[in-house]
Order: sequence, then structure tokens, then C-alpha cells
Amino acid sequence: MSVLLDRNTRVIVQGMGREGRFHADRMKEYGTKVVGGTKPGAGGTFIDGIPMFDTVASAVEETGANASIVFVPAPAAMDALLEAIDAQIELVIAITEGIPVADMLKVAAVLETAATTLVGPNGPGAITPGQSKIGIMPAENFSPGGVGFVSRSGTLTYEIADLLTRAGLGQSTCIGVGGDPVIGLPTPDAVRLLNEDPATEAIVIVGEIGGSAEERAAEYLRAEGKKPAVAFIAGRSAPPGKRMGHAGAIVSGNQGTAESKVRGFEEAGIPVASAPSDIPRLLKEVLHH
Amino acid sequence: MKVHEYQAKQILQRAGIPIPDGRLATTPDEAESAAKAIGASVAVKAQVHAGGRGKAGGIKVAKSPSDAKAAATAILGMEIKGLRVGKVYVERAADVASELYLGITLDRDRRRPVVMLSTVGGMEIEEVAVASPNKIARGWPSPLLGLLAFEARALVFAAGVAEAQRETVVDIARRLYRVYAETDANLVEINPLFVQKDGSVLAGDAKLDVDDNALFRQADLAKLKEVSPDEEAEERARALGFSFVQLDGDVGIIGNGAGLVMATLDAVRNAGGRAANFLDVGGGAKEAVVKAALEIVLSNPRVRSVMINIFGGITRGDEVAKGILAVIEKHPPSVPLVVRLSGTEAEAGRRLLEGAALESRATMDEAAAEAVRLAQEPARA
Repeated sequence: MSVLLDRNTRVIVQGMGREGRFHADRMKEYGTKVVGGTKPGAGGTFIDGIPMFDTVASAVEETGANASIVFVPAPAAMDALLEAIDAQIELVIAITEGIPVADMLKVAAVLETAATTLVGPNGPGAITPGQSKIGIMPAENFSPGGVGFVSRSGTLTYEIADLLTRAGLGQSTCIGVGGDPVIGLPTPDAVRLLNEDPATEAIVIVGEIGGSAEERAAEYLRAEGKKPAVAFIAGRSAPPGKRMGHAGAIVSGNQGTAESKVRGFEEAGIPVASAPSDIPRLLKEVLHH
Repeated sequence: MKVHEYQAKQILQRAGIPIPDGRLATTPDEAESAAKAIGASVAVKAQVHAGGRGKAGGIKVAKSPSDAKAAATAILGMEIKGLRVGKVYVERAADVASELYLGITLDRDRRRPVVMLSTVGGMEIEEVAVASPNKIARGWPSPLLGLLAFEARALVFAAGVAEAQRETVVDIARRLYRVYAETDANLVEINPLFVQKDGSVLAGDAKLDVDDNALFRQADLAKLKEVSPDEEAEERARALGFSFVQLDGDVGIIGNGAGLVMATLDAVRNAGGRAANFLDVGGGAKEAVVKAALEIVLSNPRVRSVMINIFGGITRGDEVAKGILAVIEKHPPSVPLVVRLSGTEAEAGRRLLEGAALESRATMDEAAAEAVRLAQEPARA
């Protein structure tokens, strides 16, 4: 078991440009079932051995795809996401960076009544190690196991997955929820999936300054947590009012501070690592309790 | 991206929201003739991208054109929060009976726009929001439908707007929502929204902050972008595809990925130091990228050491190492460099860096400790 994706997940690639092609190849190498791609006007042709379709709906009909990964550039990304949602794809993973907030608000509004789970945008995607990856993460840093991992970052996720793997702590599913202010699967919802997943024994939450997703995740776990968890918050030394790279990582007023997030986790009995290198040790401690 | 009050007011006016008669001036003489043309008491207001202008003395009321000239002389050239005032907006003073607040921004938790209306407008709205949040009425319109009439009415009733102004405020709120949507705003705000003694309603101030990610389709607004001196390095970095923020410490930071760079800043602080900047080079770290990043970081005279923290993902550690070597051979940096490579082919990368004029460390914590130690060493002769 795992959440969101497993070895049977059938993926199409929206946006077969340079990046899309490169990562479609890496995903296939990993064993992900990449069953098609969309490129309007190129339906019936193949790119790198992958069959192309004019529309998402026709790709779904022909291939039985139940997941999509979106590389479409920001100006056209809303359209691509809405097309995937309209085709009732179960899982849509958006890698695209820089989508206007107004576009994501519209997508979020459509998602309220849709059957789709959207992960991202502006994230690395998701991976169930040993089974399937739908994303751009370097697979060799991940290993199969029982740690469910939710993160707002890209490279920091790889770094921490690498630390976990080296410490013998394999992962059930890793979800990069994305660094934008409006995302499809916010941290609390991703944590809920892992909390209810029988294959997940413990949860690692990697947050950032900005927003209140971590506080809400902590609150949820305090009320309904079934398994041990460890957290890390990036940006504890960031000054207020400065946006730290990710559009979502900004402390404004007394909103979104690292202190408030750390306090939230600690009040829920969830230890907070002072550095990524501290996560494996804390995780082993909570697992042995 | 922020626009000035006078620019925001033009946008409001085009949307049909009433604003006071006003003119822009860049010299005291221009301010005088603006006041003459308006023919009434005026407010002379500094146009800078900073809040708290009133408290800083950047807004003065003038009863005559010569007073307006004197006010402009005092305001032009003054500094507000480090920004020099280069222009003033001269505007007919309102005949104020009361002040409302009207603002629209993003509610991240609800993933909807939030419209806020209050009868306690004016300078202290932030304090009101904290001390008595129930004095601010809130509504969350669907981004697909916009602010509907019944939603705006509900806000006006909840906020307790006087009967005589209800219809006007409903209309202004709906027009302001259209501005929010059409300009791809992060924030649009009228504070204060004046109710005048004759019952009319006017936008006393206007704030508009536009989503940088939407500037590709906001060509007219994009032209209004102004870069202040302390944002120049950030702007230069953005042009190169980097994300850069100037901070006030002495350890320069270069890394890939926003989260990783934030964690690097934290590691420097954990080691007892202070970061001089945030710099995320984004994906990859080839020679040209490392060179450009180093130049930006080293252009800050406070920097005493630089830490490069790269997690090789799709990019291989050995390629990153080659990039760094090529840069330091051609352009030896003026301060010590500490490099930490991890991820794909990191060992190969570290072997390549052996013997180079830099410190190489295997972990983020070790590299941060070394960079902090080097920054704190007495200056080398």
C-alpha cells in the first residue's frame, strides 16, 4: 500500500517540451508506467517512444491513464490543469513554477467539486519508492520503507530523503506539495493521507515559513494522529517581509513565522528538528517509543 | 510589484470608483500650480513604495497654493523607510465625516480571495485587525463568479455601514473586486475610504500590489515597475533567473532550491553566524551560473566568507565541482569559499575539489560552521 501512486498508476505527460521529455525518460527508467503524452496537433505520433494525443480526454480514453504530470509553462498552465481535471484524472501533479495566484485560485475553486487530487504546483512531485515516481526528484536518494514524507521544498526534500535513506529509514510515499501560496494538496491534507495509510509507520513534515499549513497539520495530528511524527521548518532565521525564493515563503505581520509553526508542533507532541541532519535521530526516537 | 498611490487611483477611477481631484508634482513649483488648479485646500502626499507615510511626515495638508509649495519643498527629497521621495501627489482635501476600510487580498487557508470592510478605517487598521477582529467584516467570493451583489450587501450590513452609504459602498466594493481580478492583484486596498459630510464616498488612499508572476499579461502595469537602490542586486539576480534577498550578516550564501537555501541560512545561524543574503540559483549549477552568483554575492562589501551548498539532483556533483573550479581559477574570489556538495556524484565532485583554493565539507552543518569561523577570523593582510 501507499498513497496517491503505486506500480499500477498510469501516467500521461502534459507538456512534452525539453523538460517534460527528459523527466518522462527518467520516470520510465524508474519503472513508472508512462502511457502517453499530450501535444495538440501531434496526436497519433510518438515522441521518445511515447504515444502523443491531441487532448487529455483522448489520451485518457485510449490509454486508461489515471494520473498526469504537468510541465506546461506558467502562462498556459491553468488551462492544462483544468483540462486534466475535466478529463477526471484522479491524480494531477503540477511541476510548473510561476503560475499566477489568480489562476490557481480558479483551479482551486474547480477542484472543490472535482474528483481530482492536485499535487503542486511548483513542487518536485510525488514518489512511492520502489514502485513509481511522478516527478522530477533524483530517484537514487529515495528507498522503500515506512516513513511518509510531506514537504514544501524541492532540493531540501532530496537532501532529507537522502539522510533518511542513509539512516536506513525507507519511505512509503514522499509528497512534494509545492512552494506556492495556493496549492492543490496543502500540507494538512497530505498529512491526513499518510496518517490513514496502513503502509506508513511514521510521518516527516518539512515546512517553511509563510502561511499556516504547518499549524493546521499539527492541530490535525494532535486530534487524530495515529502514528509518530517529526517536523522541520526551514527559514527560522528569515526576517519578516522578505520572500525567501518560494512565493509562499514569506512572513507578513505575525503570520507564518517559524516560531508559531514550531510551537504548533511542540504542543502536538511532535518534535521539531533544529537541522535536517537531526531528523533521522528524532525519527528513530519516536519510532522506538 | 507595488504601484504608487497616484497610479493606483487612476486605475480605480477608470473602474468607476470616485477619487478626489489630484495631480502629480515633482517640484515645489509644480505642486503650487497643482494646488492653484484644484482651487481648494489640498493634501500633499509623498509617493514612495512604503507604508506609514503619514506617520513619517510624508503627508501634509495645505490651505493655499503657497502652503502647498512649502509642503512639497519639505517632502520632496525626504527619506521614508530608506526611500527618497521624488514625487508628490497633490489632491483636493476631503471634507471627512468618517473613514471606512475596504481591502481585497488572498486568504491562503481558504484558497479564496477575502474582501474586508470596516467602519474603523484609517491608519490603525492593522491594530484593529489584531485587537478587535470582529470590527472587520469579511467575505470570500468565488474567484469564478467575482463579488456578487448579495455578498457585497452582506458585508455592508455586517460592517455596519450607515444606511445613506450602503448602496454606494456595495457598488465600490464590487468595482474594487473587478480591479483586483483584472490587475492580478496580490492586494488592493482603499484605506481610508472617506465618507464626506455631504454623504458622498471617496477613495482617500489606494494601494495596489500586483502578482509578479502575472506581469507577462499585465504589460501596462509592468511598465510602472520601479527599482529602488536597495533592490538593484535583487533585480539583477532576477534577470539571471536567480532568487536573491539581501540580508544583514557577513556569510554569503549560494544554494539550489528555496527550501535548501533557507535551511542553509538556518544552519549558519545555528553555527553562531549571520547570513549576508539568500541566493537560490534554481536548477543546475554550471560554470556561468556559479560565476554570476559569486559576483552578486561578492558585490556586497560586508561578505567575509561564502558558503556554496549544492544538492546535486538531476545535476551531477562532479559537473558542479568543475563549474566551481573553472570560476575560481579564472576569478579567484576575494574571500574564503566553503563548498558543500551532496547528492548525485557528490563524492566524485569532492575529489575534484581536493587541492583547490577552497574548503570542502561533506555536510551542511560542517560547511556552515567552517564558513562562520572564516567570517569571524581577523581580516587577513
